[in-house]
This record gives sequence, C-alpha cells and structure tokens, in this order.
Amino acid sequence: MEKRVTFSKWTIGILFAVPQLFLIFTFFYWPAGQAVYWSLTLQQPWGGGNIWVGLDNFRSILSNADYWNSITASLIFAGISTGLAMFIALVLAALTDRQLAGSRLYRVVLIWPYGIAAPALALAFRFILAPEAGFMAVVNQFWPGFWDPGLDGADAMASIIIAFSWKYVGYNFIFFLAAFQAIPRSQIEAAAMDGSGVIRRFWDIQFPLITPTIFFLLVINITESFQDSFGIVDIMTSGGPANATNLMVYKIYSDGFKGLDYSGAAAQSIILMLLIIVLTIFQFRFIERRVHYR
Amino acid sequence: MVERTPFLNFFTHIILFAGFVFCVAPFVIVAIAASHNLKDVNDVPMSLLPGSDFWVNIKTAWTTADLGPKLLNSFIMAAGVAAGKVIISALTAFSIVYFRYPGRTLIFWLIFITLMLPLEVRIVPTYAVVANVLEPYQTIMDVTGLSWLIEKVSGVHVALNLGMLNSYPGLILPLIATATGTFLYRQFFLTVPDELTEAARMDAAGPLRFFIDILLPLSRNNMAALGTIMFLWAWNQYLWPLLITTDQSHATAVTELKQLIPNVGGAPEWHIAMAGTLIVMLPPLIVVVLMQRWFVRGLIATEK
Repeated sequence: MEKRVTFSKWTIGILFAVPQLFLIFTFFYWPAGQAVYWSLTLQQPWGGGNIWVGLDNFRSILSNADYWNSITASLIFAGISTGLAMFIALVLAALTDRQLAGSRLYRVVLIWPYGIAAPALALAFRFILAPEAGFMAVVNQFWPGFWDPGLDGADAMASIIIAFSWKYVGYNFIFFLAAFQAIPRSQIEAAAMDGSGVIRRFWDIQFPLITPTIFFLLVINITESFQDSFGIVDIMTSGGPANATNLMVYKIYSDGFKGLDYSGAAAQSIILMLLIIVLTIFQFRFIERRVHYR
Repeated sequence: MVERTPFLNFFTHIILFAGFVFCVAPFVIVAIAASHNLKDVNDVPMSLLPGSDFWVNIKTAWTTADLGPKLLNSFIMAAGVAAGKVIISALTAFSIVYFRYPGRTLIFWLIFITLMLPLEVRIVPTYAVVANVLEPYQTIMDVTGLSWLIEKVSGVHVALNLGMLNSYPGLILPLIATATGTFLYRQFFLTVPDELTEAARMDAAGPLRFFIDILLPLSRNNMAALGTIMFLWAWNQYLWPLLITTDQSHATAVTELKQLIPNVGGAPEWHIAMAGTLIVMLPPLIVVVLMQRWFVRGLIATEK
C-alpha cells in the first residue's frame, strides 16, 4: 500500500529516518556482521587479531555432544511448553468468549501472568516447586525422592516448562480472545439457528477462523521459548543438573561470557539466528496465505 | 447466549475458575510466603494463613538487594526505552510513508529485517559494540584509509572511543534498535486519509508542521499502546542488563533478584526471597491492571 499524496522535499524525509538508521546500524547490523566474522575466525590467545579458520568453529560445535544436548533440550522445552501454553490458553479463551457471568473478570485476570518478568516468576516457581519447602515437599513426604529438580534432569526440565508455560498462557490468551471476538456474532447465531450446538459451532466455524492466529502463536511461542527462557533457566536451574536444562541461549551466554569463547559463542549465535529466520519466513508465508477455509 | 446449555455452562464455569486459580495462585502464594517467618515458610506444608512478618520481610528484602536505587534504575530504563521507541518509531514511519526518495524501499527492508533477530541471539557482539560504541565507525575509517588520511593531513591520530557499559544509554539504546514500533505507526499512517495531507499542503503546511500538528495528535492512541507495551518489555529485560551492568550502581531490580536466591547450605530464607519477588512483580502488574486496554491493544498491534 502506498500513499497518493506525499511531500516533495525528500531530503527532510531522509533526515527523519536517520536516528533509526544510526541505531540499527550500530546496535544491529554491526553486531550481526561481527558475529559472522567471529564465527569464521579464532581469537589469538595473546592478542594480535583474529586468524581465519573458515568453518572450523561450526565443525567443532556440531561435533560437540554438549551442543547437541543443548539443541535437544531446547527443542523439548519449546515443544512441550508451546503445546501446553497454547492448549490451555485456547480452552480458556474459547470458554471466556461464551460470555457467561463472570467472563469480564476472567478477561482481566487471565492476562496478568504475561506482565511479570521471567526471572521474577522463575524465583516464585523455584519456591513453589522447591523439594524441601513449598508445595512439592508435601508430595515428597509421601513418596520420598519423587521430586528433586536439583538432582533430576527431568524434574528440572519440568520446572522450567511449568514456569514458562504459566507466563505464555497469559500471552496466548490475549491473542486467542481477540481472534474469537473478531468473528462476527451473526455467523455464530446463524449456525445456532440452523441447529448446531456449541461444540459443533466451535469446530466448524470458530476453529477454522482462528487458524491464522494459531499458526502465528505457534511461531511466536517457539521463538520466545528460545529467548525468554534465559531468565527462567538462570534463576531456576543455571542450566543444570548435568546440563539437562542448558538451553541454547543460556549456552551461548555461558560459553561467551563465562568461558570467554567468543568464536564458539558466535558460531552458536549464527546457528540460532538461522533457525529463527527460517521460523520467521515460515510464519510470513502462512500469514500471507491466511489459512482460512472461506 | 443463544441457547440453554446448563451442563456446558457448568463445565465452563469450573474450567474457567480452575484457570483463574492457575493464574492467581502463584501471586497469592508469593504474598503469603512473604508474610511468614523463617520457620513457618519452611514448614511442610506451608500454612496458607498469612503470617505477621510481612513488613519486616519486605524491609529486609529491600535492604538486602538494595532495591530502592535498583527500582529507580529499572524505571529509568523502562521509561527511556518506551519514550525512545515512541519518538524514533514515529519519525521513521513518517519518513517511510510520507516521502518518496531514492533508496526508500531499501531503508524499509533494512528496518524490517531487524524484527527477525532479537537481542538475545546477537548478545555477545552487541556487548562488544556497547563497550565502545564508536568502534564500528573507527573500523570503517581504518579500513577505508580515512583515518590514515586524517593523520597525514592534520597529524591527529584518530582513536574513537565511547564506552557505554554501566550507563543508562548503554542499557537503553540497544533495546530501541528494533523495528517493532515502526510498523505499528506505518500501518496507522497508511489509514490516515489523504485529504488531510492535501488540506494541510493547501494551507501551506510543510512536512514538519503536518507531522507535529496533525499526525502526532492523531496517533495518540498508538503512542499509549506502544508506550505501555515497551515499558513492560523493558522493565522485564534480564539478560541485557545482567551483562552490561558490571558494577552495581546501574543494575536493575530484575537482575537483583539473583541476590535473593537462598544459597545451598545457607538458611533457606524463602520469606525474604518471596518478599523481594513481590516487590519486583508489583510495578509491571500495576501497569497491566491500570493500562489493560492499551496493553492488550499494543500487544496485538505490535506483533502483527
């Protein structure tokens, strides 16, 4: 879409864009380019510039079992938490959209979790799920050793999934509810006149009409599970026990800043960037097409 | 609504109430745990009746994590990011929508691409840039031979250096350098009727006047929505402040939470940790509750 009427003094026009261009050049394009450069070179241990090593950094990362472990952990985390957060939010939004008594209250409260900082809710859940105090301790009294995120990798993964899903239920709820409310009431009423029940109407009218939102949220949830998980992992598990929750962004951070392996961290960043770009392109294709059944 | 469905309504209420409990319980548990003393908070199961030490714990958490200045830092960062986004995105969108100049499509795409890569994935090199913000320009001048030329001509050795670690600009600027708000404005500007522009031009208003007197007042709703969402987003940032605030004076409230995690082997001071969590949770929660309309609108508009 283009404007028909524009201003002719285009030098002024460019000036308006200059601050943004400076910012994205300095803090976006330069660092992104730098990451590519670092990923292809190796820093000399005693200074003196970088030496070109081609794809060696990628080779050493891709042959590292720790890295594959981190990818697997990230994918498990992304898959389960996205599924949980989206399913719960979809059910809650569909039911809230029925507009029974009290639905206004739910519309307000169910979005609260998304406002909370990931590390803050992580600390809250670390207490709630702590094996010796809090609430899982009760379960541990009946089955000693049943739950210990400090020692058991699966328990630790479950804790970060619970914390992340809690936050993103709020996020997904906002989008699902908006999508449901965008469906014209008259369509649903017409279907009701034809004798279809609530569940039939959901599957035949509402669900097809919100498929674009589902695809959109699917991609956003997966990309956010790569990024927004950092605070949760750092506060709840620090990547442990035994690297069970060492997700990709957390590994980039610990390799780059704790291990000072800039080249390795940069190569990992590039792989993560590619992954996110692929996901984003995938999303744009779907948004272009609008997966409706019209 | 359309028909009587008593069973379904019953289940709807039950499930929605369960969802309500699911969303609110963590807040309630944190608040209750923050009111217990050391012994009660570690009781199994912890009593759900509030204890009497609430204010004592809040005070302890406040001093342990030094939350006063940290909350101020968080506030400055969040307000700075929100204001910067609201202003810079408006300028850029105005330039892209209302002018025709060579390279406009290129600029559009350069900005659009920044949506794809969040700060978290390019964290290491961004950190290096912030350590010396002028490094990109220095490198360009070195490579093009410009600094050599300047040194020959004027005898001045060019060494640009501007560190932004442990500073508010270092906290704020990299968080502004994405396209989120620009597209929100762009979509809105495209819906502003052309007749308004024509009328303004007929009254001899230049682009600047049109922008300030007509376009900005019309975008008030968008500004509120974008400002709210950006404030919350910046307040909740963790990885970036954690990296670049190497000394305590510029740390934010969210990064300070780490100080409150009970150490293994130490006293499990969960009551203090939960009091601190409550303090850090509260400001964004208040913003969400008070600005609910703008929050929802901004979220839906910026992401799509």
